[in-house]
Amino acid sequence: MANISTLNSTAAGFDAVSPQVAGPSGRKPRKVLSRRNIILYGLLIVAALYYLLPLYVMIVTSMKGMPEIRMGNIFSPPMEITFEPWAKAWASACTGLNCDGLSRGFWNSVRILVPSVLVSIAVASVSGYALANWRFKGSELFFSILIIGAFIPYQVMIYPIVIILRELGIYGTLTGLVIVHTIFGMPILTLLFRNYFTSLPEELFKAARIDGAGFWQIYFRIMLPMALPIFVVAMILQVTGIWNDFLFGVVFTRPDSYPMTVQLNNIVNSVQGVKEYNVNMAATLLTGAVPLIVYFVSGRLFVRGIAAGAVKG
Amino acid sequence: MANSVSIRKLSLSFGAVTVLKDLNLDIRDGEFIVLLGSSGCGKSTLLNCIAGLLEPTEGQIFIKDRNVTWEEPKDRGIGMVFQSYALYPQITVEKNLSFGLQVAKVPKPEIDKRVARAAEILQIGPLLKRRPAALSGGQRQRVAIGRALVRDVDVFLFDEPLSNLDAKLRSELRVEIKRLHQSLKNTMIYVTHDQIEALTLADRIAIMKNGVIQQLDDPIAIYNKPRNLFVAGFIGSPSMNFLRGELIETGGKTVFRTNGVDFSLDGYEANGPLAAGRQVVLGLRPEHIGIDQPEADRELHQAVVDIEEPMGADNLLWLKHAGHTMSVRIAGARRYAPGSQVRMSFDMRLASLFDAQTEDRI
Repeated sequence: MANISTLNSTAAGFDAVSPQVAGPSGRKPRKVLSRRNIILYGLLIVAALYYLLPLYVMIVTSMKGMPEIRMGNIFSPPMEITFEPWAKAWASACTGLNCDGLSRGFWNSVRILVPSVLVSIAVASVSGYALANWRFKGSELFFSILIIGAFIPYQVMIYPIVIILRELGIYGTLTGLVIVHTIFGMPILTLLFRNYFTSLPEELFKAARIDGAGFWQIYFRIMLPMALPIFVVAMILQVTGIWNDFLFGVVFTRPDSYPMTVQLNNIVNSVQGVKEYNVNMAATLLTGAVPLIVYFVSGRLFVRGIAAGAVKG
Repeated sequence: MANSVSIRKLSLSFGAVTVLKDLNLDIRDGEFIVLLGSSGCGKSTLLNCIAGLLEPTEGQIFIKDRNVTWEEPKDRGIGMVFQSYALYPQITVEKNLSFGLQVAKVPKPEIDKRVARAAEILQIGPLLKRRPAALSGGQRQRVAIGRALVRDVDVFLFDEPLSNLDAKLRSELRVEIKRLHQSLKNTMIYVTHDQIEALTLADRIAIMKNGVIQQLDDPIAIYNKPRNLFVAGFIGSPSMNFLRGELIETGGKTVFRTNGVDFSLDGYEANGPLAAGRQVVLGLRPEHIGIDQPEADRELHQAVVDIEEPMGADNLLWLKHAGHTMSVRIAGARRYAPGSQVRMSFDMRLASLFDAQTEDRI
């Protein structure tokens, strides 16, 4: 209470000298739509529309029947909504001799995706952790060589890898493709994990060593629980990368184990018969759905501040 | 008394950079040793070597008369407390404390007993179920100390444990660490750059510079009889006044002359004979200079007050004399206006004299 009265008396003292009645000087910040805001939002909306328009065309086209598409109004909403094209794209579109649609490719892709993502992230996180915390003689050199690998064009390595897989007897199998994906994910993922583990306070690692924990105990009990954000990042990178891969899929597998992307290409680019635009649109949307869903769902898991509390907060 | 930690001819270099040079150090059982120095002097590196987190390039380390130079940190019987606390963020305080014991496969009842004991000593019982993020800085550092405590170690290593705390908490925890040492009687090695922490906590202080221990002595000896210019300048705030001059022979006595003014050296205990003509540095601590206190046996010097800095209990005067600016600490109640004339007297028994070339005490 004493404080308040002092404050008041100080304020009164000020009143006598300075023109406080006039209020604070300077312009009050305004929240209404200013010209600057209108331009800003206008540009953003235009840019958003520009990028959303193709998606809109794809969605409406995929829900039209062929006669309606032939009328040529690609922007008009469907007069009669039909999900026939979706069903056909998923279950009965023909690629070559197979007429079971994209579903075969979808399950092939899942069979490629799951082990590739799990194995590549598991290996890369452990090597990143080792490179960050258990520096050995030549570890920097080793790391540099690994990073250079990220800059060599894939195409250069395709033929040698075909030979290697053939010699190993796994050419054309899903196992072969999983191995290829794991290896090609290694440079960028290792870089990602190494940099993340380097950014964690080194003293945590030292404390764990003094507590007597070994290589794996520190990895599983200390590092892993703190690395959730970077695991999510790595997972998004790998899921989108591997799901969208076309080149390795078409080179390293046989027709009955083609991934979804290759099969999509075969449906869309088939030269026989009428071009079924609605089926093509539906097939493309189906193929693109998986990375999109992964992105939207796990985007929320970008948990920040996991390491808060470990160091001065 | 037995040695708890012995370091023999320890050297460490990272490539071309030598951090520790041929270092020897014997720490007695139950002693509180403070490694003091500015950043980059190698004090933390030495601590990390003792902990086993860094491998020395040469030399050996003994803990409890056992050569542990190549042993894993966990087998050395040490516990360590870090500046940034280094608590595992994703588990509770209780699990933080018991982590090391779980790793060592200590039976559960024993773990519970030890955690409870540590929590009682450090008064962190109510915090056991919380996560580190929910603790204040001081509480986190207590937990970090507790983590060393539960493991029943011979030697505690502290790496600037109080540097992240604010001034008030720092002095509170300082007292607590001292109390902990008095009750546990463990050997403690404590790294800091804060001379107050060093002087208040240590049984002996090792002042380091460029990977070499400059002086290893008890705080009072370090304060009153610094072995060289570096130690003299490092310890004490405000720092010791240094006057550059030479030794002159007048009237059968050796005196110190700077800018034409002579200072009597009566009462100074030299390590050897003071040869005339030698270039020297005279060091006088601000609190060892008297102002307007005429004593029969001391000569008086006229000086002018340049600046006055009242600090409550003390009053710090900056005086101009013989071309030097000297700081003098007097009681807070004694005030002098800038420009006033004062008479200084010097207690040469507490002064220090250094060779200008070698910078060693003479």
